[in-house]
Amino acid sequence: MDTQLDLWEVFVQSKPGQSYKHAGSVHASDKQMALQNARDVYTRRGEASGLWVVRAADIAASSLSDHDMLFDPANDKIYRHPTFYQVPAGAKNI
Amino acid sequence: MTQTNALYHYCLRLGDDAVVLGHRLAEMCSRAPFLEEDLALANIALDYTGRAQLYFEYAAELEGKGRTGDDLVYRRAEREFYSHLLCEQPNTDFAYVIVRQFLFSAFDRFLLDDLCAGKDARLAEIAAKTLKETRYHLAHASDWMVRLGRGTAESNARMQHALDALWPYTGELFEMDDVDLQLLEQGIAADLHTIRSLWQTEVRQTLQRANLKQPPDGYMQTGSRKGIHSEHLGHILAEMQYLVRAYPEASW
Repeated sequence: MDTQLDLWEVFVQSKPGQSYKHAGSVHASDKQMALQNARDVYTRRGEASGLWVVRAADIAASSLSDHDMLFDPANDKIYRHPTFYQVPAGAKNI
Repeated sequence: MTQTNALYHYCLRLGDDAVVLGHRLAEMCSRAPFLEEDLALANIALDYTGRAQLYFEYAAELEGKGRTGDDLVYRRAEREFYSHLLCEQPNTDFAYVIVRQFLFSAFDRFLLDDLCAGKDARLAEIAAKTLKETRYHLAHASDWMVRLGRGTAESNARMQHALDALWPYTGELFEMDDVDLQLLEQGIAADLHTIRSLWQTEVRQTLQRANLKQPPDGYMQTGSRKGIHSEHLGHILAEMQYLVRAYPEASW
């Protein structure tokens, strides 16, 4: 029997303004416990400015069997990549 | 008693609470109900170790006899420790760990609040630094109080049992002796009478939320202000001080 509490995925923001990155997961029975556990497991050495937790069951994920259908078409069409433009002289960004 | 001497004793008491409760929490390492809580308790234990170091280093300076902070922890005898009896009570089960932490952190939170505004700059600085982590300790313990108090009949019964067993150790938290009174007059020490009513309100509210019955204020245990302890402190020190006692020249 699985005696663990629900699984929650943890996302950590390392500096204000930066995007949240997946750090791992914790077990918890509700949001508050999930946040506390995430704090204790993933930010012990002060490496965070923000935390998100989300119930793992609530995440919609792509399945491995759909990999070809979803991701393959982009790989062999180099014209999808913006590498054919002449960059005007003097432009730093386009 | 000179003011420096009184302040030395005051810091020693604060440090002793931190080192003894920190040791009890460290004993929970690998014994908590699950990994996340294990890390949470170890984090709290490390918070206490950190503040113990700050208090003992300051105490050693105040004493001015060339002893270090480590000397104060590892080379004093049981009767020279002034930690509250509550801090040395054993980790009987998880309910005891949580109730002990809740009762102490609720006290500690208001104590540090008061010390932050105190006239001794060094003590106020330590208090300001540790108040933040103490607010987390209290939030963490309060959440568990409510969760387990309102959990199953079994968890409620265990929490009530731990609360009833530990309650007689709470009266001592508010005892004031000459050291307190002298430093209170100087605006350095905290006024434990004021803190007592704040603590009572905090505890009453959480116990209500947790569906736990507040035990009556009957006979209260006492002694730690004079270095008199329950049977548990000697065992803690035997373990904590073993290495230094066996190898007095050891360094780390």
